[in-house]
Amino acid sequence: MAENQKQDQDRKMLRIRINDQDLTVPEGITILEAAHGIGVKIPTLCHLDLHDLQLHNKTASCRVCMVEVGDAIRNKLVPACVTKAYDGMVVRTDTLRAITARRMAVELLLSNHPNECFTCPKNLECELQALADELNVREIRWEGERMDYPKDLSSDAIVKDSNKCIYCRRCETACNVVQTCGILSGIGRGFDAFVGPFFNIPMVETSCTYCGQCVQVCPTAALTEAYHVDKVWEALNDPDKHVVVQTAPAIRVALGELFGMEPGTIVTGKMVTALKRMGFDAVFDTDFGADLTIMEEAAELIYRIKNNKTLPILTNCCPAWVKFIEHQFPELLHVPSTCKSPHIMFGTIAKTYYAEKKGLDPDNIVVVSVMPCIAKKAEAKRPELTKDENNNVDIVITTRELGAMVKEAGIEFDRLPDSEFDRPLGEATGASVIFGTAGGVIEAAVRTAYEWMTGETLENVEFEQLRGMEGVRKAAVRIGDQELKIGIASGLGNARVILEEIREGKADYHAIEIMACPGGCIGGGGQPYHHGNDEIIKKRREAIYQEDRRKKIRKSHENPEILELYRKYLGEPFGEKAHQLLHTHFEKRERI
Amino acid sequence: MAKVRTNIMVCTGTGCLANESEKVIRNLEVILKARGYAEEVQVIKTGCFGFCEQGPIVKIEPDNVFYVRVSPKDAKDIIDEHIIKGRRVERLLYVEPKQKEKINRQEDMPFYKKQLRVALRNCGLINPEDINEYIARGGYEALGRVTTEMTRDQVIEEVKKSGLRGRGGGGFPTGLKWEITKKQESDVKFIICNADEGDPGAFMDRSILEGDPHSVLEAMAIGGYAIGADKGIIYIRAEYPLAISRLNTALKQARELGLLGKNIFGTNFSFDIDLKYGAGAFVCGEETALINSCEGKRGEPNYKPPYPAEEGYWGHPTCVNNVETFANITPIIMRGAEWFASMGTEKSKGTKVFALAGKINNVGLVEVPMGITLREIIFDIGGGIPNGKKFKAVQTGGPSGGVITEEGLDTPIDYESLLERGSMMGSGGMIVMDEDDNMVNIAKFYLEFTMDEACGRCVPGRIGTRRIFEILQKITDGKATMADLDALKQLAYMVKDSSLCGLCQTAPNPVISTMKYFWDEYLAFIKDVDHPRGEGKYTAENKAEIKS
Repeated sequence: MAENQKQDQDRKMLRIRINDQDLTVPEGITILEAAHGIGVKIPTLCHLDLHDLQLHNKTASCRVCMVEVGDAIRNKLVPACVTKAYDGMVVRTDTLRAITARRMAVELLLSNHPNECFTCPKNLECELQALADELNVREIRWEGERMDYPKDLSSDAIVKDSNKCIYCRRCETACNVVQTCGILSGIGRGFDAFVGPFFNIPMVETSCTYCGQCVQVCPTAALTEAYHVDKVWEALNDPDKHVVVQTAPAIRVALGELFGMEPGTIVTGKMVTALKRMGFDAVFDTDFGADLTIMEEAAELIYRIKNNKTLPILTNCCPAWVKFIEHQFPELLHVPSTCKSPHIMFGTIAKTYYAEKKGLDPDNIVVVSVMPCIAKKAEAKRPELTKDENNNVDIVITTRELGAMVKEAGIEFDRLPDSEFDRPLGEATGASVIFGTAGGVIEAAVRTAYEWMTGETLENVEFEQLRGMEGVRKAAVRIGDQELKIGIASGLGNARVILEEIREGKADYHAIEIMACPGGCIGGGGQPYHHGNDEIIKKRREAIYQEDRRKKIRKSHENPEILELYRKYLGEPFGEKAHQLLHTHFEKRERI
Repeated sequence: MAKVRTNIMVCTGTGCLANESEKVIRNLEVILKARGYAEEVQVIKTGCFGFCEQGPIVKIEPDNVFYVRVSPKDAKDIIDEHIIKGRRVERLLYVEPKQKEKINRQEDMPFYKKQLRVALRNCGLINPEDINEYIARGGYEALGRVTTEMTRDQVIEEVKKSGLRGRGGGGFPTGLKWEITKKQESDVKFIICNADEGDPGAFMDRSILEGDPHSVLEAMAIGGYAIGADKGIIYIRAEYPLAISRLNTALKQARELGLLGKNIFGTNFSFDIDLKYGAGAFVCGEETALINSCEGKRGEPNYKPPYPAEEGYWGHPTCVNNVETFANITPIIMRGAEWFASMGTEKSKGTKVFALAGKINNVGLVEVPMGITLREIIFDIGGGIPNGKKFKAVQTGGPSGGVITEEGLDTPIDYESLLERGSMMGSGGMIVMDEDDNMVNIAKFYLEFTMDEACGRCVPGRIGTRRIFEILQKITDGKATMADLDALKQLAYMVKDSSLCGLCQTAPNPVISTMKYFWDEYLAFIKDVDHPRGEGKYTAENKAEIKS
């Protein structure tokens, strides 16, 4: 921040006038930014500038931010989002010409947009809809041909409805620039242009990781998650089924947003109450699975260090990241940890240990995962994770879908009392909570590895060097006489940087945490839409660390239920039974 | 080597080739050989003469006889009569349609009389596949002079002084563009030749590349020297196979002679040129779209600034000039900026090549000094309207331009005067319409083109052009109301105002200008105006009725 201010001081200052207000702005600033500074709101649609997420969509294509620049003699309309201020610039945002042009741009978009707001998954969340209201669109004067493409329902995770694509290219920027996956790009020409995979092949045939960053930034419902709410209702209403639910760490710091609460509000207790009232037979915590993951991953790390096996070890809690390495770096598949992801581990334990303990037939247990993530939907369908004996997770819904269910159930969320997760699979530590933010998994692993490697008690469990919103972070942690070199990357573009280092043999790390979504799961594709405000993600992050501090137990290997699980059922961490149940393998995939 | 007494020059431009000029050449050669004249008479393949309407063209030098519409079977008479017996083949001479006179000299023909050939100076005169013929006409002398005697600033100053402006349509001063690119601090710069000619009916650039490819290569090297680029790219549409093949031949020959490559003329200046093929998207003629396409990206424009001169090909400063612009460079260097600036109007110097098409007698390519009137081009050079029909309007600037009517015919044409009339210079397409043409249909034709060619990136371009076309369709179907006309007008101005790049900013021009000059033809289609509805056809009766 201080650096930015200094840069501002060094910059040349320009005098400009916006709507008769004189102001001085630093060189390089756009009309949009300058206007924002004096409380003049210029509508935008395609524009997206998420600094912390390194996502800058500046296509200037929607023409919804047109303003008039010039004087009485010569003036023209320019897009405010990309037009930079110059000294003496005179801007008017409220002339008839500008207002008409902006409104007509939205009218034109609507003239080629399905009239189905009532039934649209983005109803009341749609930026185009909001804009139509903001710009006073009262009729659509242009009737004519509309795009008519079939919906792409091919994948288990993402639904692509190209008829709703307004060609803002935000998803393309997220997919190509931020995530470097290159799945989505502009195809077709002129009126037929929309964003999709090349030749518009089905999503399932592409190398899409289903990270959902495209869904997170799509202003309309052209890209949404596959909707699985009804499957959950069906299970809950089936008297023969024992339905257990687990919620990922990042849900509790974001769910409240869907009910008008401030971003960063921690709603763990209300969430548990809501789930209980909705009729789940047991309300558990994915954090339990996260603690279990740490037991396995820390043990695997120590095993690799002690036995001179492959280093660095890569965390693999993130299924989008796993799919990314399978497609993009298949030659590195021996590098990641073989641990299943926390919610899949949870599913396995629910259908084995928990089933035995409760005397339930595993086939009658339905495991529902509430995830901040779209990729988890596809992960739960991976063949190696859905073999009969390991049919680990049955249904995955996102934070948004849970919010929709709570509303549908008629539960007034903000008025709910708090409740506690059920035992045994609801017991979790602070270490597992921080899985929800970038750097958290590795910090949790370090808390455990430290004590296991040194045999000493770790007094200060907070590793500041492992925390931050940068895309790539390198840090070192001293463990006894050894220095553990850690890398953290969030966002697949950043992951690519680290993977290329590993491939070229330049990487000098012991352990690397990778999360597909910038900022980690708090910024996941299944989270409440941030609508271009990256402050929301920061607040969720602060809440995650706050939740960690509130926990009495903050190290995974001190979770009593986990210890009991190993004692009574699994044996040793990274041992034979643990291997059989909690580890998996990867598959080389093609790059399309 | 035997002394050649006579040259038979045969046009091998695309138009004449399509009319079997290749066969004409073969027959001429076979017969010459059979008659034993192969040593002293040579057949030369030339570039376009411009008079495509009358092709295939054959010109005999030094006799200065100009034969038109020569078919392969005419080869025998040309040899036996003209070459051997010295008698002109009367039936192959051009007949001036007004006086019905036969004309044998090119310079006496009305089509050529008012032309002034600078960019086309070598077209139809030299064999484009032989660099020696270009050099014999003073080729590569300018490059030699520039690299050995002139500083980079001097070159730029000369081009600036000449007043040369971009011939691709925008009319940006070429010297200024070079200067801006030169001023950028970068070790790597590029100069790109925009040969993505796409206006319907326009073939100026193709003819230059087919007829005189070295004029472009030499000028690119001069430009590269001036701005500090050692790499040039010609972005040419793949649908120009002949131009591509001649460019490849020319590049090979220039490299062999060291006129391209390392240390040109023994100086430190090195320069070479690559070809990149366009896939035929009209929008790729827009310079930022062209650069995206060169980089292998989707051919769609970026917003400007930054201009290519600041951030172009792979982010490096890049100067993009049109083929015809380049073709003017060496004459400016050789004959001086003052000479060039002596032609044309105050703000538009030099000449301009136009492609005449539509309802005009002499379809073809003409080069005229700026400041000439449309009347002179259409009626003197173009020979007027066929079949005694009445002139109605002329569309300049291709699909991005507008129509100019009778009252504008006497305006001296330059960049500004055409803009004032609601049209534009564009790349030089000129399509003439006669009294039978319905102007709403004309507007619809152009809109259909731009609608199809729009990249789709911006909302006005993607959806706006489609809606304009749909309203025009509704009008010509006789289903539109006055409200539709209002909507059309409003939409046309919005698309013009709000689109991202030049393609769609100018796309509504045909609608706006026809609405301005031919409003009654729009009204003739409207159902709630009290008159018999036109069946897609504008009639004089309709017109009278509306006026009363």
